Amino acid sequence: MESKIRDRDIQYIIGNLLRYGVWIALSVAVLGGIIYLFNHEQETVHYGTFIEQNKTIFALISETISGTFSGSGDAIILLGIILLFLTPILRVFFSLIAFFIEKDYLYVCITLIVIGIICFSIFYGFAH
Amino acid sequence: MTVLTFTLIMFLGACCAGLIGSLTGLGGGVVIIPLLTVVLGVDIHYAIGTALVSVIATSSGSAAAYVKEGITNMRLGMFLEIATTAGAIAGALLASVAPTSFIAILFGCTLIFSAINSLTKKSEHHVEVSSNLANKLKLPNTYPTAIGVTSYGTKNVIGGFTMMSVAGVLSGLLGIGSGAFKVIAMDNIMKIPFKVSTTTSNFMMGVTATASAVIYLQRGYIEPGICMPVVIGVLLGAMAGARILLKANPKNLRLFFAFIIIGLAFNMIYNGIVGNI
Repeated sequence: MESKIRDRDIQYIIGNLLRYGVWIALSVAVLGGIIYLFNHEQETVHYGTFIEQNKTIFALISETISGTFSGSGDAIILLGIILLFLTPILRVFFSLIAFFIEKDYLYVCITLIVIGIICFSIFYGFAH
Repeated sequence: MTVLTFTLIMFLGACCAGLIGSLTGLGGGVVIIPLLTVVLGVDIHYAIGTALVSVIATSSGSAAAYVKEGITNMRLGMFLEIATTAGAIAGALLASVAPTSFIAILFGCTLIFSAINSLTKKSEHHVEVSSNLANKLKLPNTYPTAIGVTSYGTKNVIGGFTMMSVAGVLSGLLGIGSGAFKVIAMDNIMKIPFKVSTTTSNFMMGVTATASAVIYLQRGYIEPGICMPVVIGVLLGAMAGARILLKANPKNLRLFFAFIIIGLAFNMIYNGIVGNI
């Protein structure tokens, strides 16, 4: 019975984490969007041709943060998108802690494998 | 087209996509991609990146409620995420080398399959006895129903896991949540109750999509100017859709939109074959 109560606490926390994560991320993106529209409203869009980039996630994050501080609209939107990506990742990390507290070491291992796969995509995802 | 016009059209289009997505039971991404590519002439790589961002937003937003109610099976989700995240990364890496016409044709076929799948009647599975592997992995669980908390068993773990890898590859390659394939893996193969499989699939989508979205972010598929109006529009549309669903007859609506989606799918396949995408 004790472990059931714990399961329910975890469900409650994870549910809130997902909900607030999405709302925070979207508010940031909306703010960035408004600034972006004010600065670029009359420019022409060129989304018909794809320009492939090749940046590491760390370069992207540092560009995004410096862009955010200088008030660049697209950098703030990107910050919102990065926060949105962090929500499910945080959920996985929180599950890891929860399984650890429950002493469910099988699921600690399973969660670590998932984290490992996500790390792989972060470090090897850009073309070398 | 100026940024302002483009943003407004995208925003309205995304509202419709979210609305149709929630009424048909298809993910928003499935409607977003044909809208961006066929209607607005956006490159399919940007469309995939944008759709994936909106998948993460809608999945996390709606999963929150189901997790709190205790319908989602979090152990099952975490175990199957090994398959979907690995598949998603493979799919995302494949997307950068595969020709766009191939992606468009595959997407069209997936779209037709998903649309038909959303129309078929789902039968409620209920098995009491679980397989040995399912018991070892602690997959059988309980969920709340009208008659109180009900327990359910789980079968064919390896078959479900394999189908999940396929769902992951499609998600990473095409920028969709591939909910239809996830539900097939859990519902038809593992014999998990329909309500649990749909909510758990929704819960998993965020992590699956993030695994490939990180790759897309680093390669420039995620364009802030396109993502912003789309993500907001899809979320608003999905919320409105959930309200309409309570009042209107969903069966006729589903039929109507499923035909529109099948039409878009044939359009994408045709454009893929003649090389317009």
